[in-house]
Amino acid sequence: MRPMTRTLPPRRLIRSGAFAALAILACPALALAQTPAAPALNTGDTAWMLISTALVLLMTPALAFFYGGLVRSKNVLNTMMMSFISLGFVGAMWAFIGYSLALSPGNSWIGGVSLAFLHGVGLDPTGAIIPLTIPHVLYMCFQATFCIITAALISGAIVERMRFVPYLVFITIWSVVVYAPVAHWVWGGGWLAQMGALDFAGGTVVHVNAGVAALVAALCVGPRRDFKKSGLLPHNVPFVLLGAGLLWFGWFGFNSGSALASNGSAALAFSTTMLAPAGTLVVWTLLDIIRSGKPTAVGAATGIVVGLVAVTPAAGFISPMNAILLGAIAAVPSYFGLIIRARTSLDDSLDVVAAHGVGGTVGALLTGVFAEKSFNGVADGLLYGNPHQFLVQVVAVLAAIVYSGVVSFILLKIIGAIMPLHASADDESEGLDTSMHGEEAYVHTGGSTMIG
Amino acid sequence: MKLVKSIVRPNKVDDVRDALEKLSIPGMTVTEVRGHGRQKGHTAIYRGKEYNVSLLPKVEIEVVVSDDVVDEVIAAIVTAARTGEIGDGRVFVLPVDHGYNIRTGERDMV
Repeated sequence: MRPMTRTLPPRRLIRSGAFAALAILACPALALAQTPAAPALNTGDTAWMLISTALVLLMTPALAFFYGGLVRSKNVLNTMMMSFISLGFVGAMWAFIGYSLALSPGNSWIGGVSLAFLHGVGLDPTGAIIPLTIPHVLYMCFQATFCIITAALISGAIVERMRFVPYLVFITIWSVVVYAPVAHWVWGGGWLAQMGALDFAGGTVVHVNAGVAALVAALCVGPRRDFKKSGLLPHNVPFVLLGAGLLWFGWFGFNSGSALASNGSAALAFSTTMLAPAGTLVVWTLLDIIRSGKPTAVGAATGIVVGLVAVTPAAGFISPMNAILLGAIAAVPSYFGLIIRARTSLDDSLDVVAAHGVGGTVGALLTGVFAEKSFNGVADGLLYGNPHQFLVQVVAVLAAIVYSGVVSFILLKIIGAIMPLHASADDESEGLDTSMHGEEAYVHTGGSTMIG
Repeated sequence: MKLVKSIVRPNKVDDVRDALEKLSIPGMTVTEVRGHGRQKGHTAIYRGKEYNVSLLPKVEIEVVVSDDVVDEVIAAIVTAARTGEIGDGRVFVLPVDHGYNIRTGERDMV
């Protein structure tokens, strides 16, 4: 590998070397005809990344079902809208400025504005922060889907009481001032990338980041008025299972697509994404049985998501067998995190902190334990004689926690000073579907009259 | 013996249940219903058309109590379910001839 790739983001480290070899094998004429500096467009990579991008985009509607099923029927549309709306506002913001700040040349902390409004983001594999074999515009879209779901993840902590407009303002700005810099640190050649932090598909950037923002948001917005007074039960558990299933499906694009190529690294990430949640699901179910005698469906859905979260940073760095182990280990802190959270006064309604914050942290740290150079060609972890990697992972996680926590807090305080974050008592008790959106999820047949 | 039938706001059910528990009322039957009294519905917009949804979700709570506690029960329900706004609901009291326990076949001595 060329020395300059040392400073490249890990998700790129693997594929640049491997792909160069592949390209030369596959089309020697092309390799001879071109200078080594200009990477060619690869149709196999492009096809896989087109599919991956669509898969990751599907995760946001999937999240809407996962979250929507977990709330009461009077708030299901509001909850699902909190995910769906990210597709619009955060998606557009990404094209305007987010992409450039995250993934264009800048300093160690943030990218520049050279790619703002997609200036120079074309159909050739050139002009991106890393060498590509897919159209630059496709790389931008793939990264957009990550930003969209990360912002949407936060909503789980504040559903059933946060007003919709301040939420919208919050995630739109958050995607620029929190997500973009953290993505730059890890994937845009920023300081964590230079330190050699491993984050294959976003354990730190996506899950720790969203988990901490969720914790801060739950604290700033405050608990639901009937929190701890009534049973705030899921209204549609089949939705939860549907959402978890679709999330897993989409996650193959999330993790396996993060290889940015149709190659062995993608296949490794695919296998770990297959196996880690299996490990988590087994342990989660056993914990359920030991604790209450009954394996729960909501527990199974949650376990799958925790496994997916945990394997995200590790996906292309660890062996498939270690993925099962990683998933199994990750079940324990999140499982008990959920139970402990329920005893506190923190109304993190859908347990974003326990699932994504804790799961993402455990995954990022275990990446530093299980990383295996014979699989990833980049770095070994603690288990394979490189304890330094573990320390780098600790720094990366702490950096994301501190930055996301502080900036999310300031942002919510500013928005809160301009408009109330928390819905009024009447709106909250009526349900946010009718009070915020003027719609009901499950409409009664009779008694409605058309106006005008 | 009286049947006390209350139609209350959905978010007041727990308060009513707690109030009835304090009076040692042993059971209750709860039904999700829709209806309207003087409370106007809300406006909904679907696909560009505006609708007035006049039948709003309410919860009907039925308890059967002995004559000597019926006033106390009504007072407890009214206090627990009241917000002071239009749409708080109604309480109806109906006479009950007698009741039977299905498991034992015995006539109820409420």
